[in-house]
Amino acid sequence: MSGNDAEQTDDSASESSVEIPAAGMPGPEPDERPHPEGRRNSQGIRIDPEAEAEPRYRTAVVSALVEHEPGVLSRVSGLFSRRQFNIESLTVGPTTVEGHARITLVVEETDPGIDQVKKQLAKLKPVIQVGELDDDAVQAELVVLKVRGDEPDKVHAITQMYEGQTLDAGPRTITVQITGDQGKIDDAVDAFRQFGIIEIARTGQTALARGDTPTTPGEEPGYAESNDD
Amino acid sequence: MSEHARPKATDDSETETSETDTETEAEATDAEPVSTGAQSAIAALEQAGAETLFGVQGGAIMPIYDALYDSELTHVTMAHEQGAAHAADAYGVVRGDPGVCLATSGPGATNLVTGIADANMDSDAMLALTGQVPTEFVGSDAFQETDTTGVTAPITKHNYFAGDADTVGDTVGEAFALAGAGRPGPTLVDLPKDVTLDDTDTQPGPAETPSTYSFREEADEEEVADAARAIERAEKPLLLFGGGVVKAEATEEARRFATEFGIPVATTMPAIGTMPEDHDLCLSWAGMHGTGYANMAITHTDCLVAVGTRFDDRLTGGVDTFAPEAEVVHVDIDPAEISKNVHADYPVVGDAASALEQLEAEMDAAPDAREWREQCRTWKEEYPLAYVTPDDEPLKPQFVVEAFDEATDDDTIVTTGVGQHQMWAAQFWTYTNPRTWVSSHGLGTMGYGLPAAIGARLAAEDDQQVVCFDGDGSLLMTMQELSVAVRENLDITVAVLNNKYIGMVRQWQDAFFEGRQMAADYGWCPEFDKLAEAFGAKGLRVDDYDEVADAIDEALGYDGPAVIDFHVDPAENVYPMVPSGGANGKFALTEDQL
Repeated sequence: MSGNDAEQTDDSASESSVEIPAAGMPGPEPDERPHPEGRRNSQGIRIDPEAEAEPRYRTAVVSALVEHEPGVLSRVSGLFSRRQFNIESLTVGPTTVEGHARITLVVEETDPGIDQVKKQLAKLKPVIQVGELDDDAVQAELVVLKVRGDEPDKVHAITQMYEGQTLDAGPRTITVQITGDQGKIDDAVDAFRQFGIIEIARTGQTALARGDTPTTPGEEPGYAESNDD
Repeated sequence: MSEHARPKATDDSETETSETDTETEAEATDAEPVSTGAQSAIAALEQAGAETLFGVQGGAIMPIYDALYDSELTHVTMAHEQGAAHAADAYGVVRGDPGVCLATSGPGATNLVTGIADANMDSDAMLALTGQVPTEFVGSDAFQETDTTGVTAPITKHNYFAGDADTVGDTVGEAFALAGAGRPGPTLVDLPKDVTLDDTDTQPGPAETPSTYSFREEADEEEVADAARAIERAEKPLLLFGGGVVKAEATEEARRFATEFGIPVATTMPAIGTMPEDHDLCLSWAGMHGTGYANMAITHTDCLVAVGTRFDDRLTGGVDTFAPEAEVVHVDIDPAEISKNVHADYPVVGDAASALEQLEAEMDAAPDAREWREQCRTWKEEYPLAYVTPDDEPLKPQFVVEAFDEATDDDTIVTTGVGQHQMWAAQFWTYTNPRTWVSSHGLGTMGYGLPAAIGARLAAEDDQQVVCFDGDGSLLMTMQELSVAVRENLDITVAVLNNKYIGMVRQWQDAFFEGRQMAADYGWCPEFDKLAEAFGAKGLRVDDYDEVADAIDEALGYDGPAVIDFHVDPAENVYPMVPSGGANGKFALTEDQL
């Protein structure tokens, strides 16, 4: 008995020319076979055989318009954890359209990674539109800082420098809020360290496209729909 | 009433619901009027075209079963919910539209999970309906409560918690439609018992996909043109058909494209049969245990035209050495698959059938690939799939597969479990039709074979034969489903390639763990022929070559389920093999080469 012919029995030449070794499978050993020079990197992109391209990570702000239904946030956050996307912050809130919410995500990924983030988000059923914001988008974050109340005047001065507000001031603690883009918030937090930061809460960045550019492609201005109702 | 009958209206649901109500009353003439949420859910399934359901009863799903009492739908009671999910999955694979499975809350739902995950990995259209504790008890850790939508969110295309009897029918219809639309996948509707018991007279509208769901049918003309130019100028073009070709019913277009332009074809495992494996251009399937010639072609092609595949790691091996010389044309309906694992130089987003037709029309000339075709033929001669049958070694499993192939019709459906037997069934059977290879690919679910054979049997044509190849380890995971095959008198033949091992693990332990065999050696197995008889099926046992043909004839001739326990060589291994992460072209032919 022998099964020494290829699956393609049409090819009668194979039956006589091939000698079956004891192990069963004939043919040259792996290293004796021709193998091309070319290579791909870990993202499946063809590269120069000599080069080893390092994946370059960048920060991107992605905005997703979603149906405001139960579970939408867990679907989005679950997607990020199961696909190992690096996420820096996530904010969510309603829009002017009833039943819609906007999720703003700050991700740090390679270009193909950011592309995947957008495409995988778009596949989620409650997601209506996804867009990546340009560098000139308007971005804002809010931080609430609780510092020691030993030097109220100095705390007040720094709060004013960052155009912040004092939310609560007592004998032992002072709580202030600062808003602005990420750089400004980082600077402010640094400036408050001298007083001893007791607690801190940051919202993460939220953002809209500048001017009349829609934040996600094809997004209708919200007021138009609410006027219809 | 169609366009109003949206279960999940986006921004003005209240007005839509009320319109639906009034129009339904006026138009609900041909369908039986519904009076409960459960009846509405079942009416939605009937309207969507479902015919056969697979499930297991239980407390929270009882109202749905009660509604089935008056329904035309066929229900097959399975032994275990995992079996229900696999049967529904396979039913869908063979029929081409979503299979439906049912389970109760808690353990019923969690038992479905493996089958849902399996369908998700293989992009199989399937709808799961699960019972849930009454809404007022949700979140209270009630008896048989599980957060089913939470558990299944990562393994479904989408899932729904049906919170309202008036919309439950439309939700079920939407879930059914969504499962089969675009890139298929499993969906689930969780049905709290109070919702299915509740009164409603809302007749479900036609099954429609949700408004936020869209996919591209026709590909962009520019993408098609760029891809066509790349194929025309290639000297070593290779088509790689994936499961998407099956899902899109694009077999005819795919075959025509290959033969018209003389382009060799490799397939992925889910696409086995899309190109007849006895065709001169067909290189069979590529990947870890694929043919040497398909893997050589992938290694050397200068233009890989991949249609409906997600470039799974079992196909690509190490991405750095995958098709290293090739420009990649990637046709897929899911834009997220483009450049996910392998960068696409020429992405074509669209349905495989439409995109292939567009590509065909766009091609000005066939690529000049005569030498390349000759090279592929040479590889076929150089690396044939083969095995030896020395007199002093036990029955070889490959022989059994070939003997079955010879004894059965061309359109026979093969289902498998997962492991060595699955690879042999894929390698040594010559497939010539799509939807005749039914297996668990992405998830690699041992135990898939028998329940899949049940689902396939009920989906197949009456005169189509169904053969299940299973391993001893794999069959032991779902063997209870044989009771279903006996009860329903399903004509299936189960071929157990019994080597008393978790064979694939043993093969890996020998190759990669210095032969330290741990928890893979059963050493003993139940006598499957006698077990089969105890179930009420036909049981046969085969130890030698000269018994094979007769046993196969007897089993195939038996009207009902038959099990042949083939005691095969426990030392036999699956080759060729591309070691995990290795280069396709460096497949090993023996353990020494790993």
